[in-house]
Amino acid sequence: MLAWTIYISFLGALLQLLLPKGNNTLARALALVTALAGLAIAATAFLTHRTGELITVTNYAWIPSLGINFHLAADGISLCLILLTGIVALTGVLFSWNIDRRTNEFFAFYLLLIGCVYGVFLSYDLFLLFVFYEIVIIPKYFLITLWGSTRKDYGAMKLALYSFIGSAMVLVGLIAAYVVAGGKSMALNDLANYAFSVHFQMWEFPLVFVGFAILAGLWPFHTWAPTGHVAAPTAASMLLAGVVMKLGAYGCLRVAMTLFPHGLDPWGFSLLGLSSWRDVFALLAVIGIVYGALVAMVQKDFKFVIGYSSVSHMGFILLGLMTLNQIGISGAIIQMFSHGILAGLLFAVVGRMVYDRTHTRELVLLGPMNLNKAIPFAALTFVVAGMAGMGLPGFSGFVAELMILIGSWRAFPIFAIFVGTGIVIGVVYVWRAMQKAFFAEPGDASTQEPLPPITIPERLGAIILICTSVAIGLYPQMLLKIITPALNSPLFDGVRKGGW
Amino acid sequence: MTSYSHLLQLAMPEVIVVITAIFALTADLVLLRTSSLRTRLSAAVSLATIGCVAAILSIAHSTDSVNLFDGMLVANPLTHLVQIALLVLTIFVLLLAVDSEFTENVGEFVLLILLATVGMMFLVASQNLLTSFISLELLSLPLYILTGFDKRNARSSEASLKYFLFGGMSAAFLLFGFSLLYGFANSTNFVEIATAIHGPSLNPLVILAIVMTVIGLGFKVAAVPFHFWAPDVYQAAPVPVAAFIASGSKVASFFVFFQIFSIAFGGSAGSAAWMHLIHGWVPVVAGVAALSMLLGNTVAITQTSLRRLLAYSAIAHAGYMLIAAVAHTPDALAALLYYVITYSLGTIGAFGIIGVVEKATGSDKIADLSGLSKRSPILSACLFVFVLSLAGIPPLAGFFGKFYLFVAALAATPGSSGLLWLVAFAIAMSAVSLFYYLRILKRVYADSPEGNSTPVQASPLTRAAIVVLAALVILFGCAPNLLLQPILNAIHALAA
Repeated sequence: MLAWTIYISFLGALLQLLLPKGNNTLARALALVTALAGLAIAATAFLTHRTGELITVTNYAWIPSLGINFHLAADGISLCLILLTGIVALTGVLFSWNIDRRTNEFFAFYLLLIGCVYGVFLSYDLFLLFVFYEIVIIPKYFLITLWGSTRKDYGAMKLALYSFIGSAMVLVGLIAAYVVAGGKSMALNDLANYAFSVHFQMWEFPLVFVGFAILAGLWPFHTWAPTGHVAAPTAASMLLAGVVMKLGAYGCLRVAMTLFPHGLDPWGFSLLGLSSWRDVFALLAVIGIVYGALVAMVQKDFKFVIGYSSVSHMGFILLGLMTLNQIGISGAIIQMFSHGILAGLLFAVVGRMVYDRTHTRELVLLGPMNLNKAIPFAALTFVVAGMAGMGLPGFSGFVAELMILIGSWRAFPIFAIFVGTGIVIGVVYVWRAMQKAFFAEPGDASTQEPLPPITIPERLGAIILICTSVAIGLYPQMLLKIITPALNSPLFDGVRKGGW
Repeated sequence: MTSYSHLLQLAMPEVIVVITAIFALTADLVLLRTSSLRTRLSAAVSLATIGCVAAILSIAHSTDSVNLFDGMLVANPLTHLVQIALLVLTIFVLLLAVDSEFTENVGEFVLLILLATVGMMFLVASQNLLTSFISLELLSLPLYILTGFDKRNARSSEASLKYFLFGGMSAAFLLFGFSLLYGFANSTNFVEIATAIHGPSLNPLVILAIVMTVIGLGFKVAAVPFHFWAPDVYQAAPVPVAAFIASGSKVASFFVFFQIFSIAFGGSAGSAAWMHLIHGWVPVVAGVAALSMLLGNTVAITQTSLRRLLAYSAIAHAGYMLIAAVAHTPDALAALLYYVITYSLGTIGAFGIIGVVEKATGSDKIADLSGLSKRSPILSACLFVFVLSLAGIPPLAGFFGKFYLFVAALAATPGSSGLLWLVAFAIAMSAVSLFYYLRILKRVYADSPEGNSTPVQASPLTRAAIVVLAALVILFGCAPNLLLQPILNAIHALAA
């Protein structure tokens, strides 16, 4: 059943191309139905598989001579991310209700992207995972270059090339691992159980990890993210920051760390105080957290603030993964979920609610527009999303950041201090953006044209995302219950090293 | 002893194609002299297609595995498979020619295409220096003429001359190399040459012979530094001819490249493994491959003509395919065949679209593709498929081709990491290639038409051929086994 999330999305994309051109209502309705169906399937699976153990969805021989199968499976981690994809996909459609240029093509690329994201999260065969992972690049590129704004050609090409270089590194790593393991199977467990030599893992791990982490916005390979997010249309920014960056983080955990756990072992020597790849990536993640937050603090463009905040928040995920303890990695997965929801929400406010109405994202120009009076719902949503993002208790961001903080306190006490600083700066940049955009000195109200009111789809989308974030914040056990058994499954034996 | 009737029976597919060629010529000269160009082309192409289909059927029915006169004529499941692929590619090229208006000499045109096809078929069926060389010339001479077949186009003639001069010179090199080999091994058979030359310490004359062979065949596959003819020929040749040179001729040339090097020079391969370089032909070919990938991909970025861009991308792809020769294992041969066949399908399709666009806009500038998605959604979708397949994006055939090729290359050396440098370089270079491939598609989809924005017209037949090619690229990409399994079966049958 779960496999239908992929098929339905692809089918929806195909139907969009076959529909008569110009009938926007029909295209939107079809996209909505497709996204809703995907979410329904994902939610059903999420609610029924409460043990979090690995379930096989489908398994067909695909290329028998190479031992490659069309093998889909899901465990607790994938289920969380599938649910996230469903929610972000649905709200993304709601927030693109105003797309009226080449609507069919827009939703076709959009649904193709969604289908591939589902595919990556569900793939158990790594060839299949890579196939889905790489297709994602194409709809991303076209969504930005066709429907984007600010420097869209540059942003789209930069994003496509960064993604492709990342996936090229992953491809080298996967082919090498596959051949070394005998070239008989690409299944995750077969490769994870193969005893690769420590020397092999020492160069494979950083290669594959960085390859995936480029897409997760690892500093200093993050520069595609802000420009790409800013150039993208709202729904694409939501998807990019919400789920596509998670593909990278998911790949880091599911492929790089699972296959090559010895790559995390100490090198046996110390360089500038770093003695393993684990230290290196943890350091880069911490730099990302602080750097992203600092840069977000001085942006003039509202959307860049959110773009850099994503870099900062993704840093939390990578740091959580590098803690190698249960609470840290669980926190990273919850942060993936939480950031997916909140980044979606923030981009929706900035891109759809504000920019599509005011046609500017310059904070200094937004201030005099008196937005908290003109579109109070947008102001309210941004306040809530901002609070949730900076980690106010009761929201999902709080749980995730707290768990990562505890995890990193155990693993890297010094880094934890910087993480704390990052959280504080997070408060500052959210506050600054909020103040400048919504609560600045009101300008002369009489010269302004009234802004169109917030539409029902926008309200609906915002409410869905806020409710999800609150639900996770109040009851994180909902996710943890299935994440914990997944992390304790045999797949993660190598990472666990016999116990957390 | 083999009788002539038996020989004729073995060469039946080739005989069928030759008879068809002569028949098409005669019919055009005698019966259709006064008809319109369109009728003559349709008649000649239909005839040729029927002939090719008959040849395919005749190959499919023969199950003989023979090796006659020291490898002068070889028939086995593998040669059958490659010959069928060649004939199918020829049919697609002929279908694209139906709409063309570049020549009045229809009969001669079809005759030359079919004779070149016969050359390819004999080339594939040869394991002997003598027949290999003759077949190669039988393939090349029609191609030189065909390149300049558009007599109203001065650049076409220029390209033809350039192609001929380079080709003649490289044929001389090749023949010189072959003569040295014969002098050394006292045989022209690949296997007997292999027994005569092996071991790490090579006679200088053999080294010279190998270098000459690399030059001669490197020219055919358009590898750096023997690639200079390719951009001009791709740009100026009539569309069906350019498609033919870029597809069928590539398949046959790569096959014979692999055969000569892996069989005849099998004992003097050496190794291109990282830090374990052993001298032989493998390091040379590895260097040529790396240079081709580097030059092809970087120069392609600056091109403004779509045909020249395809030429440089072809040079880059030749580099990828040469990795298979560097690996020279049975798996690498399977990967090479899968790659070159699917690559050819995509390239013919791309040239078909170039032909249609040229007719509408009068040039092959990438800028003229602007807004093609509005002027012809179907052709744009097909171009989307072809270009992304060339870029190696899944689930298209180009992706699996690359994947399998790289797997085979890594598996070829003990320890599995000897050729990692070459594979990693190839993958990095394919990341570069995405840049110029995406730029083409951006023109097609994102830009608005410049000036003329009327729908682009393509005849139903051309359009159908292009759509079928796109469908095949998708099909072989989603279900690689459809093509891979027959190739593997043929190769395993050969080994057994």
